[in-house]
Amino acid sequence: MTEENKTVTVTIDGLDVEVPPGTNMIEAAALLGKEVPHYCYHPKLSVAGNCRMCLVEMGMPMRDRATGEAILDEEGNPKIGWMPKPAIACATEAAPGMRIKTDSELVKNCQEGVMEFLLVNHPLDCPICDQAGECSLQEFATDYGRGASRYIEKKNVKPKRTRLGPRVTLDDERCILCSRCVRFSKEIAKDDVLGFIDRGSYSTLTCYPGESLDNNYSLNTVDICPVGALTSTDFRFKMRTWFLKRTPSICTESSTGTNTEVWSREGVIYRITPRRNDAVNDTWMTDSGRELYKLVDSEKRLKAPAINGGPAVLKEALERAAEFIQGGSIAYVGSGRASVEEQYLLKAMVKQAPGDAHLIGRFGPGDGLLLAADRNPNVRGALLTGLIDKVPEAHLKALSKKIDSGAVKTLLVHNEDLLAVGITTAQLKKLNIVYLGTHENATSAAAKVTIPTLTVFEKSGSFVNQQFRLQGFAQAVPGPAGVMPDMLVLSRLLALVSKQECALDNAEAIWASMNKELPAFKGVTFKDSNISDGGLLLDGSTFKSFNFFDSQTLHYDPQTS
Amino acid sequence: MAVKETRILLKNVDQPGYTNDIECYMKHGGYKVLQAALKRKPEDLCKEIETSGIRGRGGAGFPAGMKWKFLDRKSGKPIYLICNADESEPGTFKDRQLLYKDPHQLLEGMMIAAYATQTALSFIYIRGEMYEGARILERAIEEARAKGFLGDNIGGSGYSCDMIVHRGAGAYICGEETGLIESLEGKRAYPRIKPPYFPAVLGLYQCPTIVNNVETLCHVKHAIEMGGDAFAKIGTPGNTGTRIWSVSGHVQRPGYYEFPCAGATLGELIYDVCGGLAPGRILKAVIPGGSSSKVLKAGERYKGTFKDGTPFDWSLEDIPLDFDSFVLAGTMSGSGAVIVMDDTTDMVEATANINAFYAHESCGQCTPCREGSLWLSRVTKRMCSGDARKEDADLLKDIADQIDGRTICAHGEATAWPVQALATKFKDEFIAKAAEPKEAALSDRQGESAFRLI
Repeated sequence: MTEENKTVTVTIDGLDVEVPPGTNMIEAAALLGKEVPHYCYHPKLSVAGNCRMCLVEMGMPMRDRATGEAILDEEGNPKIGWMPKPAIACATEAAPGMRIKTDSELVKNCQEGVMEFLLVNHPLDCPICDQAGECSLQEFATDYGRGASRYIEKKNVKPKRTRLGPRVTLDDERCILCSRCVRFSKEIAKDDVLGFIDRGSYSTLTCYPGESLDNNYSLNTVDICPVGALTSTDFRFKMRTWFLKRTPSICTESSTGTNTEVWSREGVIYRITPRRNDAVNDTWMTDSGRELYKLVDSEKRLKAPAINGGPAVLKEALERAAEFIQGGSIAYVGSGRASVEEQYLLKAMVKQAPGDAHLIGRFGPGDGLLLAADRNPNVRGALLTGLIDKVPEAHLKALSKKIDSGAVKTLLVHNEDLLAVGITTAQLKKLNIVYLGTHENATSAAAKVTIPTLTVFEKSGSFVNQQFRLQGFAQAVPGPAGVMPDMLVLSRLLALVSKQECALDNAEAIWASMNKELPAFKGVTFKDSNISDGGLLLDGSTFKSFNFFDSQTLHYDPQTS
Repeated sequence: MAVKETRILLKNVDQPGYTNDIECYMKHGGYKVLQAALKRKPEDLCKEIETSGIRGRGGAGFPAGMKWKFLDRKSGKPIYLICNADESEPGTFKDRQLLYKDPHQLLEGMMIAAYATQTALSFIYIRGEMYEGARILERAIEEARAKGFLGDNIGGSGYSCDMIVHRGAGAYICGEETGLIESLEGKRAYPRIKPPYFPAVLGLYQCPTIVNNVETLCHVKHAIEMGGDAFAKIGTPGNTGTRIWSVSGHVQRPGYYEFPCAGATLGELIYDVCGGLAPGRILKAVIPGGSSSKVLKAGERYKGTFKDGTPFDWSLEDIPLDFDSFVLAGTMSGSGAVIVMDDTTDMVEATANINAFYAHESCGQCTPCREGSLWLSRVTKRMCSGDARKEDADLLKDIADQIDGRTICAHGEATAWPVQALATKFKDEFIAKAAEPKEAALSDRQGESAFRLI
């Protein structure tokens, strides 16, 4: 039955599948493309077994009690002892020879029954419910339900809008008491504030008295809520989910590189949710990371080029910038928030017009889960592209000295504010600053040339996270009219500075060049950098001895990595 | 009276002059069995219990010796013993007598069981409403500890085991052993999923745990005293020892009565022991094992064959008072709570009452029980309020079928079984309800059978 100890063979609806021992039957069936409907089961949480939607028939080969030998039927096949009661697939772990029926009459009857029970006290809120369109109750009611209700009694009445915390609103009537949110808070967020009060069908989800669901992971409870009970206060009643386009992206909050999905409609972002990556963020993300899209529509957004603070056309701005760069005595401040492609182009510029290249280190307390101490999403990328050769610091002391001594007269700044890193306004005033960036700040205000660029949601590219995992993000919404992607701004600037055409004006060309020039990217093509699920682990062994001042996250340990 | 009680557990209970303190208990030979047992090997005692064939008296009738044998001893974790004194099944009031009137019998039985299984710490989880019982037990434990029968170095044997009384807070579900364990751990009494949380392996604090009923643990003392073989001779094979039956309802002398298994029939219990029904009343139905067991209808015949092939053909009155016979009759002996109903009983109202109880006591953890129990209750309540429909009987049966066998714990069956039996066996009454004028249902009937929901 078992070739190796590593896997066991189970038979689901007559089809054999090999799985590691301990695999539950929901996951095993999924390998065969079979759906076992479920509500309370979640692959990243403990098994509760309370929804009873995943009931299946289960049997094991019968064994002779005395000898332990398998009992065979007339045809020599092992005789199966079917359990008298249906079993929950989520808590049924693979064992050699196990048989499962997921579509028998009994199973269908169980599913119909559970569906009916779940709906008897569920309000008919679908027309006004945020979950509509992504609701397991709707989906399974259609797929496995009876289609009509036999319930003529009065339904339960429960609180309709309880604020569990600053970001989560609860509709208790819709809650099916699956306890996913309770288990998440306890097991993942380690903030055990949720629980049930009252009994039976009157059970109600609530926060412990005096507590609030206010941890930085509270919105994950909204994601995993299979129904419309837990809703995001931010997203509530804003948009129907079926109108939204989903774009894969990467969270720029820290070096964790949480995989995300950006939900937009007609150029407007409505929400960000986590995208599953079992090697990085599992199925979770921070609440703070979900707010980042609000930067897109900020009042401080730079939308037009400027020369000496006055409006200018892009061509002039670029030419003026090129003049400054060609003027010598230059230094560069790149960004740990820029993509690998952009950092590579900036490096090309450094080669063309030599000067010191700096990166600004951003640090904050890590939370041990998905917020890393290194608050830049792409410091590793800057190292791999050769833009910098050491871990960036939070203060640019060397640059400050060189400004004071007059060794640096021109500064090309990519989307950073130097005021925050120890450079004074007086120092800024002495400099010819070329600022490429998305938002106004003290540096852009002091810049001689300002060229607007795009946020992570408006362009495509890739980051290298703390594990040296290359992960791509795609453009979700168009940028402001006339604003070019950073990549294009840099390549046009490069062409002007070098006085020849720049071939690196598209991602494919940049990747071809990086592939050739950079050892870490050897064999990595543009296609790989494109969104491939899970990302691509690069060789970061060159930087093994570096202290990144980074902290432990869900799948990263600075001690062992 | 044709049949006579055999009082082993209840031997001293209710005897003139018998009190529940340790002096009185020791005057009647108390704690001698424990002292003798401490001189024997624990394995011998376990063997003795296995030979005795004692079956659990809490409701499921699972052999106690087998339960002890399942204990995971390889893990090296401490073993816990819990006495389930959360007697809450409607109709059951046997454990209460043993707890209130002869607590040291239980303590002695428990300490023998604790020594036999090498328990590290023992608990009595007592129903919250029995506050007086908790006080009695706490005093009894103090007395026994003072005399060295529990606590450190019991009876000079070198074996130590303390005992803690824990009061429930009024939830029926705490009588379910894994719900009880959760409650004892200080959590909400949500029964655990099995597998993997079998108490014998992953019980209290994830350690191997035995949960036995009060009556079962009292029997342990007597089984060790008389020896497993002698104990097994009481009753019939597979149904050994005596059982206490709590009889309530429409009989002249309700109460608790102890018989050897199969030592009397249900008819003898009702008519001889309990003095039959009130004059002029006719037997309508009997719930034999607490409100969760399936009802037996007067006039029914139960036919079939025993395991050895001999046929049987019983009327309700013929059913022997043991474990297996009630199963053969399509129901169960459960906790031994016999509820007798005469011809004045409105079966729909009786069902409504039972349904209201199980809906109120459903913990709310798993869907079929949580939603099904309340639905059943709402349907029967509506039927009793003058809005019955002809199709309700079938609906009730169908809802019950959707609960039965699909829940985390046996509360699902406890909810479903009475309805499955009542709505089928008395279907005509359920259908007739629809034809009743609404005024009749709403009129405030006077007398003992007036309908009111608990």
